[in-house]
Amino acid sequence: MNISYTSREQIEVHRFSLPAGILIPLVALFLQAFLPLRFHFFEIFDLPLLVTIFLAVSRRNPVTGLLTGSVIGLLQDSLTHQPIGIYGIAKTVVGYGASSLGVKLDVENSGSRFLLVYGFYMVHEVIYLVVARGMVGQNLAWRWGHMAFAAFANAALAVPLFMILDRFKQRG
Amino acid sequence: MENLLARHRNVTILVVVLFAEIVGLAVQVKRTADTDSTRLIRVWTITAITPVERGFVAVQQGISNAWHNYFYLRGVRAQNRQLQDEIEQLRLQQVRLSEDAGQARRLQRLLGFKEQFIAKTLAAQVVGSSGSDMSRVVYIDKGEGDGVRQDMAVITANGVVGKILRVFPTSSQVLLINDPSSGVGVILEKSRLQGVIKGTPNGQVVLEKMMSDERVEPGDQLLTSGGDQIFPKGLPIGTVKSVSAGNDVFLKIRIKPAAELDQLEEVLVITQVVERQPTAEETQTSMRAVDILASRLPSVPEHTGMPATGIPLPVGMKPPSAIPKEIKNGKDVKPGTKPVVPGAAQTGIAPKPRPKPAQAQVTGDAVRIAPKAINGAFPGAGSKFAAPTGSTGTTGTVARKPRPPKPAAGATEAGIVKSKGQAAPVTDAAEPGGGAAGSRAPMPKTTVPAKPPASVEPNSPNSPSAEGPQP
Repeated sequence: MNISYTSREQIEVHRFSLPAGILIPLVALFLQAFLPLRFHFFEIFDLPLLVTIFLAVSRRNPVTGLLTGSVIGLLQDSLTHQPIGIYGIAKTVVGYGASSLGVKLDVENSGSRFLLVYGFYMVHEVIYLVVARGMVGQNLAWRWGHMAFAAFANAALAVPLFMILDRFKQRG
Repeated sequence: MENLLARHRNVTILVVVLFAEIVGLAVQVKRTADTDSTRLIRVWTITAITPVERGFVAVQQGISNAWHNYFYLRGVRAQNRQLQDEIEQLRLQQVRLSEDAGQARRLQRLLGFKEQFIAKTLAAQVVGSSGSDMSRVVYIDKGEGDGVRQDMAVITANGVVGKILRVFPTSSQVLLINDPSSGVGVILEKSRLQGVIKGTPNGQVVLEKMMSDERVEPGDQLLTSGGDQIFPKGLPIGTVKSVSAGNDVFLKIRIKPAAELDQLEEVLVITQVVERQPTAEETQTSMRAVDILASRLPSVPEHTGMPATGIPLPVGMKPPSAIPKEIKNGKDVKPGTKPVVPGAAQTGIAPKPRPKPAQAQVTGDAVRIAPKAINGAFPGAGSKFAAPTGSTGTTGTVARKPRPPKPAAGATEAGIVKSKGQAAPVTDAAEPGGGAAGSRAPMPKTTVPAKPPASVEPNSPNSPSAEGPQP
């Protein structure tokens, strides 16, 4: 028997319309590629990751979550000059983890969303660095301070962003 | 077994997807060593995103241009005055630099050097980035159809930006010099030491493999060495920001890139580099040194006219006979600074005192030149970077187009400057033998001397101005 920290009544499974399900990740990818050119500080944010987490916890389906994370990650990889799959692997794991956690926890309030994004950002970065260093042979340094700050910034952005994205939810 | 898989369906799918991604990644990593092929998903993504980015850039620029050109004009008049003053100063500096350029070219010819000329450039707009601080690449709106090819150098008027990494039908991926996977062969302008600059994971640029007993100081300028066969020699690449002892025998040198890598808007792709020796005509021409200099600046469009010397001039440049030459009471010249007369250097004649300190202000109106392009394109006598005619489609921020020719009233073919109230002797820096090695330190066979200090010491025997025109 699964132990849940919320009652079943509290857990709502949401779905998204097909245009929203496709356009939200694409817009996130576009903004991620475009905004850092004009606003350099925006490089610290990872909009595709935030969208992955949001879609995963909303759908609460691990398979859908990992597949969504995989597709978004692969598309994000294709914008870089590195081998395709590093972001893909990291976001697959995050998508799976977020959707699995969404089944067990109430992730509708702002505090839990903040903590969720903070934690998954760290997980994402660790997986990315492990794969990039271990498999691709990149000389990336562990920058824990930067990582913690970036996680905080992303978590702070996630709270209002998720509120906006909540409007696209449809009750499943 | 089936029960087990069904019970752990989610985990099984996760493992399968991860396994597939890891295998795909491993295949790419292995292939990268052989041939770096472009994945189809990459082409699709770029092809889908780039047009949208291009549209956004166009709209943003339209709004920005409308605002700055029609509404926000505060301080434009003051800025215009300041720029006019700067132009006058730069014209004087140009004459001095042309002296070095002329001498370097003569020596190169004597030594059989081959120069790298930037024959063609292509202006492009930066429309996107990778969006990740792990991958420092940008996308430009010119692709295979525009003649862009892999490994072409990308520059701005300030300096080197990077190189073309991947080419797509309508866009290209540019690897910036601050990416950890990039590397550029460089040479220190003063000491002529060679090294390699690389990017770091946090987006900085460092100069590597410089022994700790070498003398490198903050502020030293770095130029491309040309050794990497991608960047033509002599392009400005940055300035030494800090020097400290590294962990091993090498120095830890941080570089401030000359190009603003965080604020790229327009760039130039060097689509054609020609390697050839300076011809006799180029070193013996009666063209002014300023003309030679100007003809090598990037973005000067092609010109069909031929001057008397037979050497084509860029559009907007007047033949020597049509260029006004005079000296006015310039305010930008230090007392004691004299107009340049390179030909006198060869004779070894000691500089004679002038009755009055020459207050020179060159008013020749040959070509309007972007100040950064001057400094960037001709960082020193050793520079072999030259961008002649044929540059296509440059934009205002990269280099300025030449002003249309004005009727030259009272112009003479002889020289570029007249002293105060009277004609000056010929001051053609490109004249054979002018300013030759007699008055300068001999150069090693494979190097050429660095440029002289900007401020010319009056009456110095090595100074180009020391042999000024006699009243």
